[in-house]
Amino acid sequence: MKNGWSEFAMILVLGALAAPAHAAESAHTLPHVKVHAATATIPQMPHFRFVNYTTANGLPDDHVYSVLVDGDRIWAGTDNGLAEFEDGKWKTYTTRDGLAQQAVLSLALDKQTGDVWAGTMGGLSRISGGRIDTFTQLNSGLSNDVVYGVSVEGENVWVATAAGACRLNLRTHDWSLYNERNTPMVEIWVYAVNATPSKVYYAVWGSGILEYNQKTKAWDKYEDPDGENEIVLFKDQGLIHEITTSVSFVDNVLWAATYFGDSRYDGRYWHNFLTKDSGLPSNFTNFVKGVDANHAWFGTDKGLAYYDGTNWAVYRPSLTTGKPEMTVRNAAGKVTEIPVTTAPAHNYVLGIDFQGKDIWVATAKGLSHGIYQK
Amino acid sequence: MSRNWEAHLPAALLAFAASAVLYGLIPAPNTVVAATSRTGEHLQYASPIELAFSHNGRLLYVLCQGTDELRVLDGITHTQLKKIAVGHLPRGFAFSPDGSRIFVANSWDDTISVIDTKTQSVDATWSVGAEPSSVAEDPSGHFLFVADRISNDVAVLDAKTGAEQKRLAAGRGASYMTLSPDGSRLYVSHVYHNTDKPRTAPHSEITVIDTNRGIVDTRISLPYIAHGFHVAFSTDGRVGALAEMHPKNLVPLAHLEHGGAFADTLTLFGADVGPKPVEVPLDNLEQYAARPFGVAITPDKSKLFVTCGGSEAVLAIDLERLLAYIHMHKQPFTEDLSASGNYVVARITVGHDPRGVTLTPDGKQLLVANRLEDTISVIDTHSNRLVQTISLEGPKRLSVLRHGEQTFYSAKFSFQGQIGCANCHIDSTFDGLQWDLEPDGFGRDIVDNRPIEDLKGTEPYKWNGTNPNLPTECGPRTEKYFWRSETFDDLTLTDLVTYIRSIPARPNRWRLPNGEFTPAQERGKEIFERSVDRFGKPIAETDRCNYCHSGPKGTDQKRFNVGTKKPTDDTGLFDTPQLTNIALSAPYLHDGSATTLEEIWTIYNPHDKHGRTNDLTKDELNDLIEYLRTR
Repeated sequence: MKNGWSEFAMILVLGALAAPAHAAESAHTLPHVKVHAATATIPQMPHFRFVNYTTANGLPDDHVYSVLVDGDRIWAGTDNGLAEFEDGKWKTYTTRDGLAQQAVLSLALDKQTGDVWAGTMGGLSRISGGRIDTFTQLNSGLSNDVVYGVSVEGENVWVATAAGACRLNLRTHDWSLYNERNTPMVEIWVYAVNATPSKVYYAVWGSGILEYNQKTKAWDKYEDPDGENEIVLFKDQGLIHEITTSVSFVDNVLWAATYFGDSRYDGRYWHNFLTKDSGLPSNFTNFVKGVDANHAWFGTDKGLAYYDGTNWAVYRPSLTTGKPEMTVRNAAGKVTEIPVTTAPAHNYVLGIDFQGKDIWVATAKGLSHGIYQK
Repeated sequence: MSRNWEAHLPAALLAFAASAVLYGLIPAPNTVVAATSRTGEHLQYASPIELAFSHNGRLLYVLCQGTDELRVLDGITHTQLKKIAVGHLPRGFAFSPDGSRIFVANSWDDTISVIDTKTQSVDATWSVGAEPSSVAEDPSGHFLFVADRISNDVAVLDAKTGAEQKRLAAGRGASYMTLSPDGSRLYVSHVYHNTDKPRTAPHSEITVIDTNRGIVDTRISLPYIAHGFHVAFSTDGRVGALAEMHPKNLVPLAHLEHGGAFADTLTLFGADVGPKPVEVPLDNLEQYAARPFGVAITPDKSKLFVTCGGSEAVLAIDLERLLAYIHMHKQPFTEDLSASGNYVVARITVGHDPRGVTLTPDGKQLLVANRLEDTISVIDTHSNRLVQTISLEGPKRLSVLRHGEQTFYSAKFSFQGQIGCANCHIDSTFDGLQWDLEPDGFGRDIVDNRPIEDLKGTEPYKWNGTNPNLPTECGPRTEKYFWRSETFDDLTLTDLVTYIRSIPARPNRWRLPNGEFTPAQERGKEIFERSVDRFGKPIAETDRCNYCHSGPKGTDQKRFNVGTKKPTDDTGLFDTPQLTNIALSAPYLHDGSATTLEEIWTIYNPHDKHGRTNDLTKDELNDLIEYLRTR
């Protein structure tokens, strides 16, 4: 199997040079707007002015597990309810409104119907036209009440729970459960899901990444070639670790986060990202969201990170002073500090979503709105 | 204005009315039906349920549920011009915005008949969701919306091809839809309430759909409302009205003389009403408005008409007075039996089970489809008088089944004409509610209302199994504890029971067309029939699913203690309910405490008294439920 960082980097550089139009198109709509010249000393990475929301300005709780952009409306899953931000005002939904549980771990938008799905510590809720319907392991076919992840694709809602994965068909109302009995899943602690028209990916704690092919209805599995060995013996030859936390599939490229580094897989080649040889601020990664095949955002315990295929940018309060900090690392590994006056609310990043060129970030101490700066 | 409508009838009209009664065109109001001659033949009645004029007003279309037809009548002379065969048990229809097509929702074969209005023939038949009950196209002709009663959603189809694009979550029993006058919003009403915790007040909603985007825009909450029917708007869009039923099921059903069973109401909403919807009563102390269904508002916004199926009447409401009343009085006043006298200006007797209504294009006449009489009543909207009854040329003879069905849907047998069988058995099904009946004592033996499909072979009746047959169930018990009057003569009771026994089971939507099971259903069937648990231990015969739920209907017709007795129950022995279409009739258990099939076992079977199930994994329980849905 061909692999290796130098070859991978070459592919990326060649790809960037060969497809400027594609890069420009992506830059128009996504928050990695200014793609740097490969030879520049300090790569030009996106700048943001961060506006942070906490209980001081309307959020029901500072601990924000998840964030979802729905046009001009922002949804934040907090430890104390689901918050909706629209027209500059926050509105909170709680169990009194029918929410399954106050801790909202995950969010997903049904783009067809406009319904929002919220995975909580006590079940799965659908918010539709102001009404909340709740599905639990007691009143429905949901596999478990602790819903870590949810994703909607077509007529199916795909769910990641603490006791297996499942799928709700919105047309037939049938539930399908996926666990060690009918998939290659070894552990059943399912942490995240990303459903697309072609593939559905589950990040399974201790069991790597599970792939469901929508066409063939077959399951496949991606594991760490090192097994449970904590030493990376086979770098760039597979998933970096079995304990996966987040997954994102975009442009036929799989981005996978673990607590021990991150991975990118294009269907043929793997690339692993570790703190020691990339700009990733921490191997402990809670969340990954791919922008396209070559660009992705990472939520770690030591800040928000952006990877543009070659260079890295990190946005956070300084680990030493707490002051706003932005650093850029170029392909040669040189790190440059960029003067900034704002930063995300906290270094512990749990969720990311995009609003045009802006970015919204869920952190352990508030929700941050990164307003793109030209 | 006096509510004594007879006092205002000219002698000639009274003579006409008397002769109409004599010839069976119009039933005499609030009188016990005498033992008239009935035939045992199975006759095919038209059973008109909805009607509407063509865009130019020249044609009148009448949807006939009994004959599975859309009939075309001359809009002026009412001569029948054509019968267009559609699907089975059509429930609603609508025109395309340009009037070139008619869409008919066929509720029992899950299709839409697409009719070309030039050729007056079915152009296409589209498969849709479960029990389509009404249909509407958005003004741009992009989307076709279909309300699915069983799947509780609104399907959004490509209006050109019929291809389903998505389903929008509606309320339970999504059935009737009305476009706002500007076409930007679609208002969906529901015949069942949204299931909630046991013994809480029912509540329903009007689901408001943005027709341009094809998404749910908002939901108008309807507290205490369990059954919503048609919505109508004033032409300026400033007043909307929903015909609905407000059950009083949280208190013992013992005070019919105090209006203690149902309030028959409208919910008004819109700019003229104010920021919040307002529920207004239609009942009067001596004249209830049982089962409001169809609504129309005249173009000049002066009158609102509402059909009352159980009362066999149409109410004429002075809309200006009604709006003034709601603005002058503190709400709620739903149970104020003196309120309607301030705005109901006439009560017009029509045929059996009046349902859909339509106004002539000039608004001068209101046409009413009398479902169980095969007639259309024509009412002068200025004088509020019946001016004509159009016959749809159905069978002249009254069959036993037809008379039984008329009895079922009429409220005339109960004290003050308040309620009828169909109040709780919506369209001959169920209501999803729990009731506190008197004979067991107030607050005791709360019981869930069971469906009445395909009842033959499921006796005895009542949850405690003490009624051995339907004549006992529907006769003395009903008269004493529901109607509070002795009204059925022997033949009427016989006809009623014959009708109830004839009610078929709705098609089961979970069964595969070829009769086979899906893998999950097959696994569930094995669990249903198993005799050994997952640990290899034999399951006692009485702890197996198919012991009590045996036979073709899924009942051994015996009583059993499944461990669900509550402190307020006198006994823990309950009749084994049949499993016919069990997926549709939530909630479950004798008192409706299980809101879903899952809860029967995840919450209410801690000691395996309701079958050995606690060894099942979640997958297996899901499989069992998948199988049960096929019953």
